[in-house]
Amino acid sequence: MPKDYGIGASSKRREDVRFLTGRGQYTDDLSIHGQAHAVMVRSNVAHGKIVSIDTSAAAAMPGVLAVFTGEDFKDVGGNPAGWLIKSRNGEPMREPKRPVLAHGKVRHVGDAYAAVIAETYEQAKAAAQQIADDAVIDELPAIIDMKAAAADASNRVHDEIPDNICFDWGWIEDNRAAVDAVFKSAPHITTLELVNNRLVPNAMEPRASIGEYFPGTGDYKLTTTSQNPHLTRLLVAAFVMGIPENKLTVVAPDVGGGFGSKIYHYGEEALVLAAAKKLGRAVRWTAERSESFLSDAHGRDHVTKIELACEKDGTFLAFRTETYANVGAYLSNFSTATPTFLHGTLMAGPYKVPHVYVNVKTIFTNTAPVDAYRGAGRPEATFSLERVIDKMCRELGLDQFEVRRKNFITPDMFPYTTPVGLAYDTGNYQATLAKAIEMADVAGFDKRAAASKAKGRLRGMGLSTWIEACGIAPSHLVGVLGSRVGLYDAATVRVNATGNISVMVGAHSHGQGHETVFPQIVAERLGVPESSVEIVHGDTSKIPFGMGSYGSRSLAVCGVAMNKAIDKIVAKGKKIAAHMLEASEGDITFEDGKFSVAGTDKAKTFGEIAFSAYVPHNYPLETLEPGLEETAFYDPANFTYPAGAYICEVELDPDTGKVDVVAFHCADDFGNIMNPMIVEGQVHGGVGQGIGQALLENTTYDENGQLLTGSFMDYAMPRASDVPFYNVDYSCQTPCTHNPLGVKGCGEAGAIGSPPAVVNAVIDALHRGGMTHVTHINMPVSPGRVWQAING
Amino acid sequence: MQNFDFVKPATIAEAVKALNSGDAQALSGGQTLIATMKQGLAGAETLVSLTGIAEMKGVCQGDGGLHIGAATSHATVAREVATTYPALAKLAGGIGDPQVRNRGTVGGSLANNDPAACYPSGALASGATIVTDRREIAADDYFQGLFATALDEGEIITKVIFPIPEKAAYVKFEQPASRFALTGVFVAKFAGGVRVAVTGASNDGVFRWTEAEKALSANFSAAAISGLSVDAGNMISDLHGTAEYRANLVKVLTARAVTAA
Repeated sequence: MPKDYGIGASSKRREDVRFLTGRGQYTDDLSIHGQAHAVMVRSNVAHGKIVSIDTSAAAAMPGVLAVFTGEDFKDVGGNPAGWLIKSRNGEPMREPKRPVLAHGKVRHVGDAYAAVIAETYEQAKAAAQQIADDAVIDELPAIIDMKAAAADASNRVHDEIPDNICFDWGWIEDNRAAVDAVFKSAPHITTLELVNNRLVPNAMEPRASIGEYFPGTGDYKLTTTSQNPHLTRLLVAAFVMGIPENKLTVVAPDVGGGFGSKIYHYGEEALVLAAAKKLGRAVRWTAERSESFLSDAHGRDHVTKIELACEKDGTFLAFRTETYANVGAYLSNFSTATPTFLHGTLMAGPYKVPHVYVNVKTIFTNTAPVDAYRGAGRPEATFSLERVIDKMCRELGLDQFEVRRKNFITPDMFPYTTPVGLAYDTGNYQATLAKAIEMADVAGFDKRAAASKAKGRLRGMGLSTWIEACGIAPSHLVGVLGSRVGLYDAATVRVNATGNISVMVGAHSHGQGHETVFPQIVAERLGVPESSVEIVHGDTSKIPFGMGSYGSRSLAVCGVAMNKAIDKIVAKGKKIAAHMLEASEGDITFEDGKFSVAGTDKAKTFGEIAFSAYVPHNYPLETLEPGLEETAFYDPANFTYPAGAYICEVELDPDTGKVDVVAFHCADDFGNIMNPMIVEGQVHGGVGQGIGQALLENTTYDENGQLLTGSFMDYAMPRASDVPFYNVDYSCQTPCTHNPLGVKGCGEAGAIGSPPAVVNAVIDALHRGGMTHVTHINMPVSPGRVWQAING
Repeated sequence: MQNFDFVKPATIAEAVKALNSGDAQALSGGQTLIATMKQGLAGAETLVSLTGIAEMKGVCQGDGGLHIGAATSHATVAREVATTYPALAKLAGGIGDPQVRNRGTVGGSLANNDPAACYPSGALASGATIVTDRREIAADDYFQGLFATALDEGEIITKVIFPIPEKAAYVKFEQPASRFALTGVFVAKFAGGVRVAVTGASNDGVFRWTEAEKALSANFSAAAISGLSVDAGNMISDLHGTAEYRANLVKVLTARAVTAA
């Protein structure tokens, strides 16, 4: 009988009541008395020198209140990169200033170089068009192709960076010679050149920000679409605007999806604050969908050559990669960490490969900034590994399942330190693979393939055995690796006088379900109904300083902080109970919401203890503070390492090249599960995004830097009809060894594990159909590309 | 979007008058025009709605086949011709999404003549007659290239007459993003011969594949066109498919339409 409450129950998502009935309160839903409207003026060229911006005509237009250009922000700080990476020659990365509004040059289509504030949106929009008409921008040759950018030192995205290279990183540089030596003598080498396609995150809610300034107190308030209000406050206050943190409140109310794109601080947030102060009025800005395409941080965009050295029996000897990673025109906040420490450190996969060397060159181009997007670096690593392994199996005629089994780290080897610097605490990759094989009825594949053939379709099966590092992140480790922030989280558990509970958390829910899952844990621990627990998040004036939600960290970091705070509540409750029950504190036990004296029937309920804490008439005031509220910070000792095995089956129409995903099986190890329904939902969403990347989504700039896929007319999002009914299992559980909840995180898994399973299935279908000349097709594996590959 | 005046006449005569006074633009379902106006790429001082004109709405059987009022929505066509002309019903029922199908109209689609729209292939393969406020135009004379038609300035389509073939089918291969026709083929078999109309593929918009028509008129089977090939020379090449790919699709989809008919 499944649990109906607490840890492990599939409690219904309480937030969906408002989300699904149109009662959510998103930034754009808020209306503030006296508000004015901002519209950004965006570059329509990819690369240009700003000669002049004549704003006089625009300023005189009806309703226009103020006009800003880059000149107005030239003396404030830049929006910084969150990680400092060093090149393999020891030099620090090149870090150009990222201004609030472009100054001197525009560097990508959509780069904002001016803004208009007006009484109405329409007036602001008309004036913005006027500025665009009046601005003189000399177009320069666009820098789009990464390898060309690195080869041509004369054309520069940033004048002070001669070769457009941000850094050239080697991981681990000390191991490079040994890896090269393995390749010199390896019995077999498989090489694969591939592209990890650029993606537009396309959260359902576009970015939006409202700035307010209160002249009576000198306080600022920023309401914005953020995954991490405290991080945004830190960036806006300390780095860009120079506002003391205590004078700035950042609120991220209901947020309609982020997928990484709303981690980062964007210039519009500083703009609305500066405008609010100047005008003494609230200033609001909401992106149009086309602005989201042009100016949200994009994801992925790697061009990689990966080599696998192995024995003839498929035993891995070494992996070696060279990757060009596009960072776009400016460094977004996590853009330097994503292709390095979220990618290079995963290049051993779940395998006991002794030698790995990763080289990543990050390149500036005249395109939108690229940063972490669901999975962030780990999908890139997984795709490279699982594709090259698949190719090797075909070259050597080896069984794909057997090759994985042969190379897996085995359960007796944990904790296991990889050659790329991570220490996996636990796992059982054999178990998830066996489970996936069972779920997928691998034995019955030939029969299904024959049925497909009878319909004129080719059936293929693809495997991906993936691992990720999440629960981001141990601060001491990321500090060594170059992070400029810590990655702990925090929670305050406030037991109210009447026994119900408010929990203020640093994690931010933008669809994940924290408002449901976190109360399940509190309810389980304190023996109270879930309905008497409320989660407060997203407002820096209410919550402790936490780092927000990304990298599958909410539960594994913030949830653990909350659990620690609950420990403190229980400990204090025992002290209060000991006093009230006239017993020794050591004799008090807490179970099922009752504090009892061991071995007696004397007990006080949790509610009685809470009431006593706030009405301390019979209370040890001389030794104990009244009240029942505890805060805990938690900094994880290690990453967590979810892993799993995904098997995808496709049917391919050789006449049109169309690929249909007909089955998708996920056997995941997420450690302990708090809410199975929400875990399944996370896997469904992640796999859906992975299938989108594999088959549909692509971001294409032409040679002039114009975004050809700037709307849903040309950017193909996955729809319900593009994905199968998922078959999801999470019964293989090796609980995380270093957090007390034993949880690992599940938010990104689907997006990490699925793309190579899909592409491997396509290649399998083609090979089974006799088209063995097709060894790889770059994502998205669109019908046109498949047909072209078949027909040479 | 720029401000505009909006009029909603009740008769064709009023609509024609409104369209011929000043800077006026006909508005039917608005599924293209409104989106284009929002982007600032179209606009007029006055929009003349055609959806309040009772005589331009509805489906009935009449001389020469099905008479479909130009302001009839795709959803209505899909429902009303499901038994009389199933292939046309399938075409109408496969356009866009429910919102588009309940707003968009057959007249609007034909007047716009988007090279990737479905209706042009249905009208051309059916040998439809485009009836306007002033004349009747045969489909063969009507389509004149990308977004170009035989309509004069201020001329409005009032109804479309679709002859009903013995057999027909429409097969659309969707562009992955927009789900418009990357290529769509409408095959219609009449007593006097077979007509094959292709949308989405050519730089010149909807066209008849006359070689296939000839072969299929002699032998209405997929095998009849197996020896034919489609010249990729004038096919569209874009992000979603090369000219060669589209040429391949024309043949593949034609064969499938013949089988489905």
